[in-house]
Amino acid sequence: MTGCSVAGGTAPGDPVASPATTSEVCIVACAEAWRGDGEILASPIGVVPTIAARLARATFEPDLLLTDEEALLGQGTWAIGGRPEVVEGWLPYRLIFDLIYNGTRHVMMSPSQIDLHGNVNISAIGDFGRPKAALLGVRGAPGNTVNHPTSYWIPRHSPRTFVARVDMVSGIGYDRAAQAGPSASRFHDLRRVVSNLGVFDFATAERAMRLVSMHPGVGIDEIQAATGFELTVPPDVPQTPQPSAEELHLIRTVIDPGGRRRSEVPQ
Amino acid sequence: MTADAVAAELRSGMTVGIGGWGSRRKPMALVRAICRSELANLTIVSYGGPDVGLLLAASKVRKLVYGFVSLDSIPLEPHFRAARQSGAIQDAEYDEGMLQWGLYAAACRLPFLPTRAGLGSDVLRVNPDLRTVRSPYADSEELLAVPAIHLDAALIHASRADPYGNAQFLGPDPYFDDLFCMAAERAYVSCERVIPTPELTATAPVQTLRIQRWMVAGVVEAPRGAHFTSCDPDYGRDEWFQRLYASAAADAAAWAEFSANFLDRDEAGYQAAVASGHAAAPDAP
Repeated sequence: MTGCSVAGGTAPGDPVASPATTSEVCIVACAEAWRGDGEILASPIGVVPTIAARLARATFEPDLLLTDEEALLGQGTWAIGGRPEVVEGWLPYRLIFDLIYNGTRHVMMSPSQIDLHGNVNISAIGDFGRPKAALLGVRGAPGNTVNHPTSYWIPRHSPRTFVARVDMVSGIGYDRAAQAGPSASRFHDLRRVVSNLGVFDFATAERAMRLVSMHPGVGIDEIQAATGFELTVPPDVPQTPQPSAEELHLIRTVIDPGGRRRSEVPQ
Repeated sequence: MTADAVAAELRSGMTVGIGGWGSRRKPMALVRAICRSELANLTIVSYGGPDVGLLLAASKVRKLVYGFVSLDSIPLEPHFRAARQSGAIQDAEYDEGMLQWGLYAAACRLPFLPTRAGLGSDVLRVNPDLRTVRSPYADSEELLAVPAIHLDAALIHASRADPYGNAQFLGPDPYFDDLFCMAAERAYVSCERVIPTPELTATAPVQTLRIQRWMVAGVVEAPRGAHFTSCDPDYGRDEWFQRLYASAAADAAAWAEFSANFLDRDEAGYQAAVASGHAAAPDAP
């Protein structure tokens, strides 16, 4: 039932904020992934997505469920590395799997590779049987992508991360979902990809990656040069929105006062 | 029983499931006992962490069934990476939920359980023995049939247990330990303390008694037996020691020194070496 969370607000005595950094623009762009989701579990993986999910709930999406990154659901807005003041539920891994199967979740993962149709790899670089670099394993990516909305955060946009073909399809893209049939595509829903250069989605007829917005100071040529496949670029691509004063206040003084966001994004 | 007695009940070539998750509440004292034993060619089933790393380093593993192997605060497990990159082991890399379903199917004595997880992914490419199944109902959906993962033995670590195998978790997450136990012919529980049955519910709610004696073949009292993984609320992960482990694993000479210092001794010797390591290291809590 909704209405359980109290939105954060701007402190009236805030000093004039310095301009937003790249990581802060990325946080706001990642937070937008959860807009309109309502009462579902937001599962951010990594520092920037975690700040973003807490920001989304503190501002425009107050009914989201958030964990303490272990097994508890917390109310309110708390800092990275801290604990929620109020515990509102128990969410061990077993119950997270239940939420996945139920579709009551929107995850944001950080893959090592992503391709034109949104297939991602977190398992291994090179040949699977004897990889050049073994990574984590597919983790929950196959199940996540066929069960509920999924978004991606890629802090280092380059031809090595945005590739023509991923080496081991862990989370599935639109082409794989279509090939695998209705059971795979029924709940498949890739929402948005945020990198340190821009924001992307798959809202084309071919379900191919499309440039949605460019971060301040970044141009189309730079983004295309850093991408290992041809992006769909609509006319008049806007700039990614700058954080508001309220958002900057929440990021800088409430959610990430220690500045952990800077460790994840090249400046 | 003792950890070494558990290892003595196992046989080379067995399929062994290990509870916990990543670098959290792993039955490390039992894993260390296997590393000291003559066992070989094991198939290990795990939501993997340093349990998998230590067994790989000790050349105990023929095949690995896993959804991931990670040290959590250090994302990539160095021994796992080295083993995968050298092609030294067979793999069955599954989605995390597929692993749950495989264990649950074995626990329920079913040949498989259906799921969407895995459809369309390269999990099917690298595990060509996996099959799909069509729903007999009007939807006629085609789903992945995750085969039952039968275990010869399961190893888990609990906070408390009584002498009969009723075991309790006091931390926030039971993980999938009960499924590992139920999927196994014989399950062995190590725990921080063995206590009389009435004490289990004296200060903790009955819902913490996730493991019941019918699931369990043997109980081992192993204080700090999950070290260096976390065992909340008794202790957190030993991040200092985990960093030491991970940096040593990256280099053969450093690993030999780490092994001599910590691993080439019995459990009491291991715990004593860790304690003196902490006392000698100014940056260790």
